[in-house]
Amino acid sequence: MEAFTRHAGIAAPLLKDDVNTDQIAPILHSRGLKEDYKAMLFHRARRRDDGSEDPDFVLNKPQFRNAGILVTGNNFGAGSSRETAVWSMLANNVRVIIAKSFADIYRENCLQNGLLPIVLEPGVADAFAARVIAVDGAAPFTVDLVSQRISGPGGADVAFEIAAADRTRLLEGLDDIGLTLKHMNEIVGWEQRAAAARPWLQTAKDSR
Amino acid sequence: MPRTLFDKIWDFHLVGQRSDGRDLIYIDRHVLHELHAHHAFTHLQKEHRAVHRPDLTFAVQDHTVATKPGRNDETNPSGTAFLKSMREGTRQNGIRLFDIDDPEQGISHVVAPEVGIVLPGATHAVPDSHASTVGGVGAMAFGCGASEMTHILVTQVMALKRPKRMRARLDGRLPIHVSAKDVALRLIAELGVAGARGYVVEYAGTAIGAMLIEQRMTLCNLNIEMGGRSGLVAPDDKTFTWLQGRPYAPKDAMWDRALDCWRTLVTDTDAEFDREVTLDCSALEPQITWGTDPSQVVGISGRVPKPAAIDPSRRAAAESAFVYMGLQPGTPLNGLPINRVFIGSCTNSRLPDLEVAAAVVRGRRVAEGVAAMVVPGSTSVKREAEAAGLDRVFRDAGFFWGESGCSMCAGGNGDRGAPGERCVSTTNRNFENRQGPKVRTHLASPATAAASAIAGRIADVRQVLSGAA
Repeated sequence: MEAFTRHAGIAAPLLKDDVNTDQIAPILHSRGLKEDYKAMLFHRARRRDDGSEDPDFVLNKPQFRNAGILVTGNNFGAGSSRETAVWSMLANNVRVIIAKSFADIYRENCLQNGLLPIVLEPGVADAFAARVIAVDGAAPFTVDLVSQRISGPGGADVAFEIAAADRTRLLEGLDDIGLTLKHMNEIVGWEQRAAAARPWLQTAKDSR
Repeated sequence: MPRTLFDKIWDFHLVGQRSDGRDLIYIDRHVLHELHAHHAFTHLQKEHRAVHRPDLTFAVQDHTVATKPGRNDETNPSGTAFLKSMREGTRQNGIRLFDIDDPEQGISHVVAPEVGIVLPGATHAVPDSHASTVGGVGAMAFGCGASEMTHILVTQVMALKRPKRMRARLDGRLPIHVSAKDVALRLIAELGVAGARGYVVEYAGTAIGAMLIEQRMTLCNLNIEMGGRSGLVAPDDKTFTWLQGRPYAPKDAMWDRALDCWRTLVTDTDAEFDREVTLDCSALEPQITWGTDPSQVVGISGRVPKPAAIDPSRRAAAESAFVYMGLQPGTPLNGLPINRVFIGSCTNSRLPDLEVAAAVVRGRRVAEGVAAMVVPGSTSVKREAEAAGLDRVFRDAGFFWGESGCSMCAGGNGDRGAPGERCVSTTNRNFENRQGPKVRTHLASPATAAASAIAGRIADVRQVLSGAA
């Protein structure tokens, strides 16, 4: 996983609640194993009925085409567990999502891929969103995971909280599987105890 | 110290704590589906990693399979590569696959309990947000992404933060023609689409006790639609009777031993929850969604709400839903003309769901201009339904009777509606464009869906059956 320490980029406002993974990364009619994640991001929202680009969608506006920070509302990433909803962000160089809250599975998927999910308290989030709207992509914001601060035009630095463990994992780009593999002895030990205490859990055979 | 059902299952499965403070929770049963498995198999090959417990891992072809009779890999061209990759990956890794032509193929959440793969008190993971369906038999299930799925394949554990505990007490007795689906929709309406975020929800109360296992699964299935991490029901005698004799369930002396353990899987008196909610089910009427998220729900006699009646923080979403759904505030739901009905999905595709729908349909015809389809949740359900003659009931009425799979729930297999169509669907998400571009989805129970197919309009099943519609 790519480590995350600091990102300076344009912040795009998508100030809605409950943006779901069907919107972020729709299942498209024609697809295969090697999908175009860049084209997938907000595929429908970006287009009008005739298939042409919708100039009103925030990420289609010239100043936000290369946005690296997405600013949004409550419960971002609700719905399906599809990880394409994170991969399509990264394929478009979005490295930070600032929200009032995230859906649980989506947040986990972010952490697996080095996409920084930042949660701001509602009041702080609203004030920050106002700055993002005011600057309208004219100048970048900087998100620093080391100091846990967002800096940029229109006001003072904004501090954010993130669980220390999640922060370390992102900063060091730790391989999640690698972290757990260090516990393989404990896992095998658990299996042996479970096989004695609840043997039906440690075997799954068709008895026919 | 008194413990909740959740605590008992979590504590038993706690392997250890990782250096980053996450709990390592052992996963007793892991079930893959073809839409996401390819990613994991590629990773395993590239990193030279092996599946730790292929014997506790299962795989099902469900998301992309066609529903057309006589289907094969090519019937849905956009699924072909996924189906083949799944076949190859499971062969290489020694994983039991319920393939497209398997007599027990179906939607993973339907198949796993049906063959006895999931058991009370077991942990379960699926790379799908509706994993907690199997909470209906007292298993604790987690949906996950593709990377977490790979993590489970290699280690057989999930690295999780301990969730909070909620109890949803469902009191009273369900009125006739009101189902678990209606209860779940009402609960989501009350709590909101993020109301259970961060929680494992235990469903309890007299209404739960009276529910069939299949209905409990419908309820647990919809847990994610209020954001819940997992949802489950304490197993009882009904559960045990339901499970006994299923092919992968324990047998003989092992069954007796398991049963002794399973009887302890209840929340202790005085155990504390972080949050408790209650819902009186006695006065509930059939429920239906009017908008574009599963919390935008009214009773079947209700109307599309007026903006003034909606919480200010939800008003913008409602305004956008009015436009997408082509509905004016104040419009009654009952009587709204429809184009399409879908009965199926991991939410409502088990035999009792089809029986309820067939009872409404029997001797009646699907209204002209309505495309109606039934897709059983598994090939086993399909076989049982056919043995009971339900397929004839549906076909005689003008329904399409399909092969099992996820079908129109997410449209991953090409089953979709046409732009602008209004569809009454027994699925779980009424998100924009989910059942096809511009399709307007109304979530409802199998009884309501069946009644609406007959009426050609959104209908109150009680009126259709009494001849009043």
